[in-house]
Amino acid sequence: MIVAEQKPLPEIRRMISPYDRVLIVGCGTCMTVCDAGGEREVAFLHDALRMAQSKDGKETHHFLEATLKRQCEPEFLQMLVDKTSDVDVILSLGCGIGVQAIAERFPDTPVLPGVNTCFMGISREQGVWDERCAACGECRLEDTAGICPVTRCTKGILNGPCAGAKNGKCEANKDMDCAWILIYKRLERLGQLERMRRYYPMRNFRAVPRPRRLVKTPVAIGEDNG
Amino acid sequence: MANSLFEEKLYSGEFVVTTEVGPPKGADVSEMVHHIDVLKDKVDAINVTDHQSSVMRFPSLGGCLIVKELGGEPILQMTCRDRNRLALQADLLLAYSRSIVNVLCLTGDSIDVGDHRDAKPVFDSDSVQLLKMIRTMESGKDIGGNDLKGIPKFCLGASVHPEADLIEPQLIKFEKKVAAGAQFFQTQGIFEVASLRRFMQYASQFDIKVLAGIIVLASARMAKYMNDNVPGIIVPQTTIDELASVEKGKGRQKGIDIAARLIRTIKEENLSHGIHIMAVGNESVVPDILEAAEVEVARY
Repeated sequence: MIVAEQKPLPEIRRMISPYDRVLIVGCGTCMTVCDAGGEREVAFLHDALRMAQSKDGKETHHFLEATLKRQCEPEFLQMLVDKTSDVDVILSLGCGIGVQAIAERFPDTPVLPGVNTCFMGISREQGVWDERCAACGECRLEDTAGICPVTRCTKGILNGPCAGAKNGKCEANKDMDCAWILIYKRLERLGQLERMRRYYPMRNFRAVPRPRRLVKTPVAIGEDNG
Repeated sequence: MANSLFEEKLYSGEFVVTTEVGPPKGADVSEMVHHIDVLKDKVDAINVTDHQSSVMRFPSLGGCLIVKELGGEPILQMTCRDRNRLALQADLLLAYSRSIVNVLCLTGDSIDVGDHRDAKPVFDSDSVQLLKMIRTMESGKDIGGNDLKGIPKFCLGASVHPEADLIEPQLIKFEKKVAAGAQFFQTQGIFEVASLRRFMQYASQFDIKVLAGIIVLASARMAKYMNDNVPGIIVPQTTIDELASVEKGKGRQKGIDIAARLIRTIKEENLSHGIHIMAVGNESVVPDILEAAEVEVARY
């Protein structure tokens, strides 16, 4: 899933300051799971903004709430159509994709990002998430025992560890495992060390020209089965 | 025919001695010039480091030009941290055009250990890919497959860490570097003769030259600092204790003694093809170490 962190309240207050009517929009998918912008966080943020405003006494924003199942899909955004006519700005607690989907769908309404989108990752424990995929467009997990060196090695190198690790930890961060030592140990366990001995050429960055577009070619079932 | 005096020395069968200088933080090169002057006739070649520890400095290539100007033999340290494949190839062409042909191919330290931690880490290639890249250029094509007008030729080196706390993955990478075209290896700092002996027993099956890395320590505090802060360096407790055993102010001499003792053993037991002395900011002690170790370099 996509992992994000809600922006600090002062930054959000600064962003909304020019606008009167603010629609806070949550997202029911990744942002809900990572506690950054689901229905609950929308309600909390709404309360926090109201309280800050009443303490301050200077501002008089009006807030509306809505949480969509997914901000990144046009059909769900349809549900905002009625609401946008009554607001001056949309404060999206969706990831960067959600924010941009809203901007594309509602060209006349300003949209503000309420979270900092961080990475694609997994939940490690309550309140801790770890990055796992860099969307490099050329997945090699088959050769690296299911551990991604592009994402988990701070240098993203492909031919084995640098010489910087100590006690299995990365030179860039003593709390972070060296990805290549993890890969080595798991390949050894799986009896696949020969995969680490192969030479991996430089990455093809044409696989990730920004911005990327994926056009899926329909494949008939059974087509490739000989 | 050898590409350089250093390459000639590598294959001469004689004991090879290299050391390194770190370029300055700033445009005043006088101290580096002084170090090069002191060292150039005492060693076979001088490495010039490439933003060592990811600290922004005067460039390695510029330092190598100065080594050349002063009549020394440079080894260009080249990391993949700050340049993509276009910039690396371009710098290699510049190096070759100025007769800088000894290149040590390194991945480079992480941006996070340096003094520009917000910078974008490049790592378009790694050390193995850099070696391959250079060998490709020597075939007359850039790595985009386009013809080069004027074909460069280099003497290529890489690094290896015989005292890594998990050695096997290091050796796998070492073999990839050999296959990619590394001719010589300058090892990370060696502190225990036994680990070098073990490594050389294994490495002798490959057609490469190994220069054992000697880090010159000046105090127990410095050793502990390096253990905590310098990627990969693991100074053993026995060495730290030995440095701590001398009275204040004598640490520097003790460091020289330890380095010289190690070099003497390596030479007497014929453990490697040579040594690479890393004095880490204390370059002026290198001649003292060589004298104490009774190593003399016949400069061509």
